[in-house]
Amino acid sequence: MIRLQAVSKSYGTIEAVTQLDLTVDEGELCCLIGPSGCGKSTVLKMINRMVEPTSGVITIGGRNIREMVPEQLRRGIGYVIQSIGLFPHMTVRDNILVVPRLLKWEDDKAAARAAELLDLFELSPAQFSGKYPGELSGGQAQRVGVARALAADPKIVLMDEPFGALDPINREHLQNQFLAIQRELRKTIVFVTHDIDEAVRLGSKVALLRQGRLVQYATPEQLLSSPADSFVKKFVGLDRALKRLSRLSTQDYLRPAAAVTMSIPPEELRRQFQLLDESQCARYLWVIDEKCRLMGWIDATNGASSVTLKEGLVEFDPAEMTVKENYSLKHALSMFVQQGVVCLPVVDDQRVLRGEIRLADVLQS
Amino acid sequence: MKGKLVQSIRNLSTQIVLLAVTAPVFILLASWGEIWELLLSPVLPDLQQYLYPRFGLWQLIWQHVVMVFISSTLSVLVGVGLGMLATRRVGRDFLPALNGLVSIGQTFPPVAVLVLAVPVLGFGAGPTIAALFLYGLLPIVRNTISGLESVKPEVREAATGMGMSEVQTLRWVEMPLSFPVIMAGVKTSVIINIGTATIGATIGAGGLGAPIVTGLASDNIAYILQGSVIAALFAIIVDTLLEMVERIFVSRR
Repeated sequence: MIRLQAVSKSYGTIEAVTQLDLTVDEGELCCLIGPSGCGKSTVLKMINRMVEPTSGVITIGGRNIREMVPEQLRRGIGYVIQSIGLFPHMTVRDNILVVPRLLKWEDDKAAARAAELLDLFELSPAQFSGKYPGELSGGQAQRVGVARALAADPKIVLMDEPFGALDPINREHLQNQFLAIQRELRKTIVFVTHDIDEAVRLGSKVALLRQGRLVQYATPEQLLSSPADSFVKKFVGLDRALKRLSRLSTQDYLRPAAAVTMSIPPEELRRQFQLLDESQCARYLWVIDEKCRLMGWIDATNGASSVTLKEGLVEFDPAEMTVKENYSLKHALSMFVQQGVVCLPVVDDQRVLRGEIRLADVLQS
Repeated sequence: MKGKLVQSIRNLSTQIVLLAVTAPVFILLASWGEIWELLLSPVLPDLQQYLYPRFGLWQLIWQHVVMVFISSTLSVLVGVGLGMLATRRVGRDFLPALNGLVSIGQTFPPVAVLVLAVPVLGFGAGPTIAALFLYGLLPIVRNTISGLESVKPEVREAATGMGMSEVQTLRWVEMPLSFPVIMAGVKTSVIINIGTATIGATIGAGGLGAPIVTGLASDNIAYILQGSVIAALFAIIVDTLLEMVERIFVSRR
């Protein structure tokens, strides 16, 4: 899809990029990563001709981009930058519709598209279309920035540290949202970042650059499990194993969970406890209400036979003791350690119990 | 829609009050000649004449407006054009030279510009307009350049990255964003021109400077007041109107 062949870029005597060969297949999310000054942004900008290479050929879908009109090339490629660069004098809607209007879309189609994109990024169109960028929070502005890049439904999106300026909570939220959207849209994305965690989390491929040269180009799993040399090893860090966990989500390790409802009769509860005794690991039952929402758990170890549900019910703060299906395993592991438990309930946004994950499963991964 | 109207009126309330006060006074002083004698005779009882006799006040105002309008329009067109050109890639090389020229030009007193224009262009409204045009050019060029330069690089990068041509970037992004700064330059320029145009009377250009010059020569304070008070009110009114134009275009941000 996107192919760089022997691409070099030098500024005077300084070589920013040297003889780079890189192919990004369709639907791939390729993270360009490396220490600052490694040329990753330059590579990105050469793809939409914001920077012209000194030598080498870049093709998109087999066409040499040198033969295209730069403006037309760029209108077909989404572009997101770290500083967002929303136009302060335009409303959120007008910002999103810049490229569709450059491409002369009809007004109805464009308006529908703006609303659709705002919805996609969980920004209510009624509330946000008419706002000005100055009225948005950092996270909201960056979501508008990404929505703007997707507005004309480009096949390719270039992103230059799009989440770099956000606080960690917002960043993670946006990364999750972005990943979910990308799973659906399957754009070809080139994503520049200096954050290895981000690259490992988001990328389907990671290209590690150093001083303008490609050091390793592999899937995140390969990069973490078999780093090409000591530089890569150092760059990905000693917590490689932990980082791999961030690639996996809780739903990959989801197990069915044993649960009882609040209204269960005592003899039935006892029978459930006996069933548990046979399986070694679990010595508790999750307790749910009639709408399957998690209420707490009941411990099967102390006096399992005599205790009533009301007495034995342990309630807890869901924020500290539950995980959601889209959480990374790294997140879940941290919660295991923090809470000192071997098992965590998995719930959805409405606190409905979806299953559980076990520490033993995670350790085997 | 109604809410928008209410808001824009609220936005403009200061200007509306200012106009409501100055405009009637201006019209009254310009239309009703006897008012000058009525107001000034108690203070200046010795004058033989209280009203400038050669032209009616509206006629003088008209001459003044024509001079200011022509010169300011030219200043805006040429000034904004030069500013845009100097901030383009092709014109970048001229930017330092133009900036230098503009700052040197600003230190020239307007009278000096006018005096220098006479030997070249002769007497009358023509040279006055030319001098006003040149002098009015400076704040506009300066503000156009600083307005366009103040557009954040990331905004410009985003515009280019999304596929706007240089002209489109200028039209849809850079100009709207620097509009308030450019407008401030235009206001300064027009107000300076209204004041400076009175000096045009010394080289026979007419306008509101005529009663001032005659008043100075014949020691008639009433004439001086007529020219200066009306010119001052005119300047305030034009400034307020331009302020309103600016606020309407830059409704909220």
